Amino acid sequence: MNYICKLSQGINSFMKNIRNFCIIAHIDHGKSTLADRLLDFTGSVTDREKQDQLLDNMDLERERGITIKSHAIQMEYTHKGEQYILNLIDTPGHVDFSYEVSRSIAACEGALLIVDAAQSIQAQTISNLYLALENDLEIIPILNKVDLPSANPEEVTDDIVDLLGCDPEEVIHASGKTGFGVDNILEAVIERIPAPKGNPDEPLQALIFDSVYNPFRGVETYFRVINGSIKKNQEIKFIATGKNYYADEVGTLKLKQFPRQEIKAGDVGYVITGIKEAKEVKVGDTITDAKNPTKNAVSGFEDVKPMVFAGIYPVDTEDYEELRASMEKLQLNDASLIFSPESSAALGFGFRCGFLGMLHMEIIQERLEREFDMTVITTVPNVSYHAFTKKDPDEIIIVNNPSDLPDPSGLDRVEEPYIKATIITKADFVGNVMSLCIEKRGMITNQTYLTTDRVELNFDMPLAEIVFDFYDRLKTVSKGYASFDYHPIGMKSSKLVRVDILLNAQPVDALSALIHADNAQYIGKRMCEKLKELIPRQQFDIPIQAAIGAKIISRETIKALRKDVTAKCYGGDISRKRKLLEKQKKGKKRMRQVGNVEIPQQAFMAVLKLND
Amino acid sequence: MVKALLAELELRKGELQGQVVETIYLGGGTPSLLGDEELTAILDTVYKNYSVTEDPEITLEANPDDLTNKRINALSNSLVNRLSIGIQSFFEDDLKNMNRAHNAQEAKDCLALASRYFDNITIDLIYGIPNMSLNKWQENLEIAFGFGVNHISSYALTVEPKTALDTFIKKGTFQPIDESLALQHFNYLVDRTAEEGFIHYEISNFGKPGYFSKHNTSYWQGKPYVGIGPSAHSFHGTKRSWNVANNSKYVKAIQGNELPSTMEVLTTTDLYNEYIMTGLRTIWGVSLDKLEGDFGILYKQHALKASKKYLEKGLLSISCDLDENQKPIEKLVTTQKGKFLVDGIASELFMI
Repeated sequence: MNYICKLSQGINSFMKNIRNFCIIAHIDHGKSTLADRLLDFTGSVTDREKQDQLLDNMDLERERGITIKSHAIQMEYTHKGEQYILNLIDTPGHVDFSYEVSRSIAACEGALLIVDAAQSIQAQTISNLYLALENDLEIIPILNKVDLPSANPEEVTDDIVDLLGCDPEEVIHASGKTGFGVDNILEAVIERIPAPKGNPDEPLQALIFDSVYNPFRGVETYFRVINGSIKKNQEIKFIATGKNYYADEVGTLKLKQFPRQEIKAGDVGYVITGIKEAKEVKVGDTITDAKNPTKNAVSGFEDVKPMVFAGIYPVDTEDYEELRASMEKLQLNDASLIFSPESSAALGFGFRCGFLGMLHMEIIQERLEREFDMTVITTVPNVSYHAFTKKDPDEIIIVNNPSDLPDPSGLDRVEEPYIKATIITKADFVGNVMSLCIEKRGMITNQTYLTTDRVELNFDMPLAEIVFDFYDRLKTVSKGYASFDYHPIGMKSSKLVRVDILLNAQPVDALSALIHADNAQYIGKRMCEKLKELIPRQQFDIPIQAAIGAKIISRETIKALRKDVTAKCYGGDISRKRKLLEKQKKGKKRMRQVGNVEIPQQAFMAVLKLND
Repeated sequence: MVKALLAELELRKGELQGQVVETIYLGGGTPSLLGDEELTAILDTVYKNYSVTEDPEITLEANPDDLTNKRINALSNSLVNRLSIGIQSFFEDDLKNMNRAHNAQEAKDCLALASRYFDNITIDLIYGIPNMSLNKWQENLEIAFGFGVNHISSYALTVEPKTALDTFIKKGTFQPIDESLALQHFNYLVDRTAEEGFIHYEISNFGKPGYFSKHNTSYWQGKPYVGIGPSAHSFHGTKRSWNVANNSKYVKAIQGNELPSTMEVLTTTDLYNEYIMTGLRTIWGVSLDKLEGDFGILYKQHALKASKKYLEKGLLSISCDLDENQKPIEKLVTTQKGKFLVDGIASELFMI
């Protein structure tokens, strides 16, 4: 009796010294830099390992300065003579990955709310903050970049105080660049964030908040133990997928993995089970003991659904099988990518792919090119519509591809996905932002002045309109002073038509787009103009037409190329001209021959860039 | 500057060790501004430091306004045996449009004079100038034939990005180039020069037999050359180098006995691409044997595969000559129809 008592006391004192926290911040507000400073200060990295933005592993993340995947890292820190374990769970910084953010938040007891002292609070920050508050997280507000000349600490502190209802003294001033304030942050993490609660004696219950694909070891699953503990060689069960595995290796996430015998309640760790495909590990799933399972899965699990669909085709038809192999490999480490084979009259065989959002789509395309050396064409993205025919008005036909839209004559109705958009902007730009949202078929539902100069606007909008160059235009109309976040709110009925494009009188199915009927005329016209700009002149006139059904709504002509010759080619001209023609040839690699017309890759996305 | 040129000639005499200089070309900029003594000094330095063939082609580029009676007389007594005169057009308005220093009368006068002293004369003529009617272009050519010139370099007016002309066109003060008009002029040029006995041996060059530019032909056939002066390019088989373009930097470096040049080493692919590009511009075409021999079977196959669509469209053709041993040599040549599109064709045949 005595012995057990001591043991459980021991475990509780172990939990007492754990802090699990995440960071909530807008892109560019310095999240990754500040995280690096924390690692630095706690001695979690050696000088040799230092590299800017340690937590962003992918080259892509470092280049774009955004976090795409969640990451987790454990730090040790001695405070007032006691040693603490600090688990930092870094979260993705883009709305496409908001579900992952919600699971990371659910794995923590506290959050650092990082706000740029010059830019103040942005939409993305607010929606993640609400998520954190819903999960009862202790919020530590941090005013970052206070060393910038443009910093406006007083006013931004007021904004934070208004938002959180906290005391101005609670706001910690810091600079990720200089490291100023990092000690105060660590102190606040220990003093203000509660230690995890949980019962180490209950059956294992652990929340999966991320997974990482390792080509040599299979999928590494990141989790937070809520109750019980996970031991090496334990037989475990993933509740949502219903599969059992053996925990071949469990351990702690330092900058490198650190294998351990056991990860106990309250702590964060990784498990390797020999899983070869990322899709077997679902973020939000619960890990439990196979023989003595928990009765309660961690709530909040969702199967993540793709929001945006597009075709991906090899530039060279011969590369179809290679593309398939590459996509399968990509899917191994990105479970949110889904794809199925499709064929296009214009492009041959390819895949219809589902993405979490536009950024996710760009990332997949870029990764295919960088990591697999595939040159691909991505077609016009669209959202997933529901169509109903007159013949069977209750049966949903899912339209993920313009060619799936039933013939207008038999069409009963179409529904499209809507979102609730949150936009925060300066008061000066409210008019511009409203006009844009109304043009994008948005309905304003709320308007709140956060301060005299900052306004939060809420709209119900079709998701499809976000896909079509919304971000860029929002940036333009607000001179960059608007932030944007959204979440889906279900389907609403819509008037949808398919605008087809004909080149040389031949329809090019890969250029078709689903457009709201009211905008079809205008968009058809702009598409013709844009294609005229993007398709290089060839040796014959190329008529470009936009059509709805059999009705031509717009027409342009690309004039034939009659002269393509260098007049003088002596001495030094030879080298200059060769380099120029080589560059031209490289550009052609990205072109796809459709009929007798060569179409550059950008042309397939022209409809997204109509306002450039 | 001339001192620097002489110094550079001396500095680089080792580069052509064991090779014979067959042609000398004084061009680029306005070498007709050189004084007689300066010209003599340059040529003497060449002869002193290099081994020059007995019967070299020595060309001087000249603007009509520099070619006075006295000057032509002096040149005829120099080693220069070929004149390249930048006539451009025999019409006043064209010359004004192109911002030339000479007028139509000077163009005609100098040509009349020069042809009295020189047999080997080439003139530059420009076509495809907006508003230049086919009639006027025909007349330009007739005037040239009337002077008995044996060689014509004729260029389609080209708008290079960021030039004054480019700006004028964008501003709307100059009419944009009409490609169909240029093509019409080109086709007329090709047909009419052929009637006069000229051979169209390179896109922009027309010469009577025995009057081809030996110097320019060397560029297209990959022969080695040394280029002297700012921005001049040199070529030795697989290496290309070029001097700094800035005059004062050039002179300063040479004064310090240093060659202000940058060099690139051409890879097999670079050389192949250059051979395709220059070959398709000339009457000699791209020899399939040479492709295989110099670059390998893969390059030859690549070239043949890429040419297929152009052969089908009649923009390229494969012709067959007999070599000195009566052995057939196949070559890829650009047809009349393909010539005005040769850049795009060459680029497609490139290996990347």
